[in-house]
Amino acid sequence: MIFEEKLRCYGVGGTACFNSRISSRRLDVIVALTEHLKLLIMEKGNDCTLFRVVSITLSFAVLVVTLILVRILYVIYRSRRPFSRRAAQPLSTLIILGSGGHTAEMLNLLAVLQKDRFAPRFYIAAATDNMSLQKAQLLENSLAAENGTTAPSAAQFTQIYRSREVGQSYITSIWTTLIAMVHALWLMIKIRPQVILCNGPGTCIPLCAIAFLFKVFGIRWSSIFYVESIARVRRLSLSGLLLYKLHIADQLFVQWPQLQRKYPRAIDVGRLM
Amino acid sequence: MEGAEGNNKTRRGVFVTVGTTSFDSLVRAVDSQKVKQELVAKGYTHLLIQMGRGSYVPTKSEEDSSLGVDYFTFSSSIADHLRSASLVISHAGSGSIFETLRLGKPLIVVVNEDLMDNHQSELAEELADRKHLYCARPQTLHQTVADMDLNSLLPYSPGDATPVAKLINKFLGFPDD
Repeated sequence: MIFEEKLRCYGVGGTACFNSRISSRRLDVIVALTEHLKLLIMEKGNDCTLFRVVSITLSFAVLVVTLILVRILYVIYRSRRPFSRRAAQPLSTLIILGSGGHTAEMLNLLAVLQKDRFAPRFYIAAATDNMSLQKAQLLENSLAAENGTTAPSAAQFTQIYRSREVGQSYITSIWTTLIAMVHALWLMIKIRPQVILCNGPGTCIPLCAIAFLFKVFGIRWSSIFYVESIARVRRLSLSGLLLYKLHIADQLFVQWPQLQRKYPRAIDVGRLM
Repeated sequence: MEGAEGNNKTRRGVFVTVGTTSFDSLVRAVDSQKVKQELVAKGYTHLLIQMGRGSYVPTKSEEDSSLGVDYFTFSSSIADHLRSASLVISHAGSGSIFETLRLGKPLIVVVNEDLMDNHQSELAEELADRKHLYCARPQTLHQTVADMDLNSLLPYSPGDATPVAKLINKFLGFPDD
């Protein structure tokens, strides 16, 4: 009540008079308000340590948030730059298989990647998608046969829960999303890959988001490569768009020049199929 | 063209594929008199339809009629059917499109307009612009068959993943070789 009255006498409460003489009175009002705040703080500060505790906690929180933001900006900046040192050791690689067409494109890429550099390899596909891991297994087996080894020891295959199946109700999908997130986190803690290769659809999003958080908190640095599907000619897919806009993908490749012109940070690599 | 006049007609098959789901409007379109007439006019003798989970069942017709029609739901030997076809009419999935193009078969892609997120037409239209295939809708399929000139189609050279592999290697600091 008293505060309100004071405000009124400073000319804040009466909007009519405030509007009429805005420029000349604004400074007066601000000065008077700060005076009033000072008074309030001094009155309370004498006998109440609560204010001090709150202010310390607040400034600490602000500091932490600022530090995290700075770290995020650094991670984004650093992620865009290629490694300057020569890579000497093989890098553990996570390969996220989409389904049907996505998997076919990914396997075309894997066919030309040097397997001794990208090892060990961890394949992840959605729990509902049985074909993709089989196809990857075939590729790994043929590799092992070429090298003369019997078992493809450098490869592991895992299925991941999906957060939402087609036609699932929204209420149960809250629960399944939670399970899917925990599962994704558990897999990422186990694998801690240095390289992530993915090309959509949605399965890769939680895994890439966790990988990005690992980078921010210094748990594991990884390079995330996303290859947009050849089916995307004019617009990025939702997964591609998310990884592009949120700067999660270190490098985002597209297969059509007109798509690159629309998303300048993307790199046109021509058709994979 | 001895086959055209002789009673020993050469087999010219059309293979229709809807993929792993259903695409009733495509099956209904190829089963329509309009499309069948145009196919016969173009010299095709057989029509084989992979109808997937669709509920519309096309009408079978005898081998010796002007256009023999047969259908099935799913098969593990889609590649064989593609290989033996003279013309492929396919849904817009990238898997079917590239498998057919790699086999060098003339292709009409029919875009499913009932799909919610219809990004699939992007690829079909782009490849049609580049003259690798024809792109149609279920209701315009007969027109596309009537107007098509298979000699004007350009062969599709398969893509190459080496550029992207090189970029990934370079980014990670692996030497070129």
